[in-house]
Amino acid sequence: MSEVLVLAETTAAGVRKPTLELLTAARALGEPAAVVFGDASDQVVAQLAEYGATKVYIVSAPEMQEFLSLPKAEAVVQIAQASNPVAILVTSGPEGKDVAARVAVRLNAGIIPDATKVSVDGDTVSAVQTVFAGRFQATSQVLRGPAVVTMRPNATSAEAAPASAGVESVDVSVSDGAKGAKVDSREPKVSTGRPELTDAAMVVAGGRGVGSEEGFGVIEKTADALGAAVGASRTVTDQHWAPHELQVGQTGKTVAPSLYLAAGISGAIQHRAGMQSSKTIVVVNKDAKAPLFQIADFGVVGDLHTVLPALVDEVAKRKG
Amino acid sequence: MKIVVLVKYVPEPTATWKFAPDLTVDRAGVEGRLSELDEYAVEQATRLAESGAADEVVFLTVGPAKATEGLRKALAIGGTSAVHVVDDAIHGSCALGTSLVLAKALEKIGYDLVLTGMASTDAELSVVPSMVADRLGANQATFAGELSVEGSTVSIRRDTDVASERVSVSLPAVVSVTDQTGEARYPAFKAIMGAKKKPIQTMSLADLGVDAAQVGWSGASNKVVDVSPTPARTAGTIVNDDGTGAAQLADFLAGRGFI
Repeated sequence: MSEVLVLAETTAAGVRKPTLELLTAARALGEPAAVVFGDASDQVVAQLAEYGATKVYIVSAPEMQEFLSLPKAEAVVQIAQASNPVAILVTSGPEGKDVAARVAVRLNAGIIPDATKVSVDGDTVSAVQTVFAGRFQATSQVLRGPAVVTMRPNATSAEAAPASAGVESVDVSVSDGAKGAKVDSREPKVSTGRPELTDAAMVVAGGRGVGSEEGFGVIEKTADALGAAVGASRTVTDQHWAPHELQVGQTGKTVAPSLYLAAGISGAIQHRAGMQSSKTIVVVNKDAKAPLFQIADFGVVGDLHTVLPALVDEVAKRKG
Repeated sequence: MKIVVLVKYVPEPTATWKFAPDLTVDRAGVEGRLSELDEYAVEQATRLAESGAADEVVFLTVGPAKATEGLRKALAIGGTSAVHVVDDAIHGSCALGTSLVLAKALEKIGYDLVLTGMASTDAELSVVPSMVADRLGANQATFAGELSVEGSTVSIRRDTDVASERVSVSLPAVVSVTDQTGEARYPAFKAIMGAKKKPIQTMSLADLGVDAAQVGWSGASNKVVDVSPTPARTAGTIVNDDGTGAAQLADFLAGRGFI
């Protein structure tokens, strides 16, 4: 079976969940081989193996962190030229897109960004994308491999399938041309103690209806009662009622949790593009004509400032 | 400093979008506009020209004849001239093909800084800027939420899922910007009229020295084999809050295992 390269993303806390989803998707295509940039602890290797990696390439050259994207692209091209993988899977995100795009040009290979599903038939890799702000599902075949596919977080679930992974250190000599974008500082996101928005099983999001920065507090309280992540519409982040990193929609994050509870969000098409793949959608809005009600599994026409605090009490009561 | 802004003419987001029988976007049968996300790049270029950092701003598009309308909109916001690459052989190009055409056009136009939006509002791929940079051998910094230019260095801030990064790149470079960089101005009537007098140069693949076999259908690295509408979600239960809304909502959430 051919190798499938999976570009792993790690943080101080270990392997990120989207990487585990990639490994799960990769198993259907061939033998998952993870590529780790930076030092890979035994814990990281063990976690990758638990989700099916049969090989872990470790690229520890410091340039991987010192410069943006290009050194990683060079490393991936080098590994791909040696191992001839059927596909290269990357998590959709600023860096994943950069690396994938550069790798596709250098390998003259077909690229499918933002896939939600990936499959193989013989040697032909196909992937499904949600296009036109979520209105259509397009299936594309890659005509020249290896197929470079960036996958949306949360599109597939991560399932363990323990394998034993061999570790291979990769020496990369990074070209001078790859050192043009220097990372001057990198400030890790401060953990709020809440689930990460793109990884969360449940999201509670607030929109214009919260009315103010203080008003947004009711969204946070509801999220904490349910154990959910916090999201926001563009109005809320533009008004600085909540930080930009919480924005859900076309220019923010795309989420697909099991539960998306939207309060005070009318549902512009740009917002829907970021959340309409959620499995269950709940809407609270005092405007019965809010378009988001049309895609709600359950809706309450009422003031979020009354309904949500009462919901927090109900949740507390039921959780005992 | 010479800035070239890559802009795309896309179907109006609120229009009914269709696919043509060959499974490409039906661009003829739908009203179009300058991609909203490209307006942020147009605005940044205009601000850099106003501050004196840039002395020339050119808009570049690849698209059908109608795409000129997108260039006119950009020229109403700012810029000095525009280039429109139009050639029937480009139809059906994948991102690799599009990036090749753009790179060849940029080499012909000349540039110090190439600005783009973070994505188009139709395909939303966000990979073309990096591809263009790779073909040009230029530096890149994508998804910039802030952007400043000092001499021959561009400094940006960008936010990833796990960190906020500050990055500096030396020119020549390709930089894509997000909506965080600031709202594009609304052109005044006088600027719209003035835009009609700014020159738009048309180029074909032959002008760029691109072999038609490398782009369009013949050069495509992937092929769309099926498109189907996302199954419509049907509205579920909607209740009016008569004081029991929260309790009914809690019942629903508990019933689905969320509490």
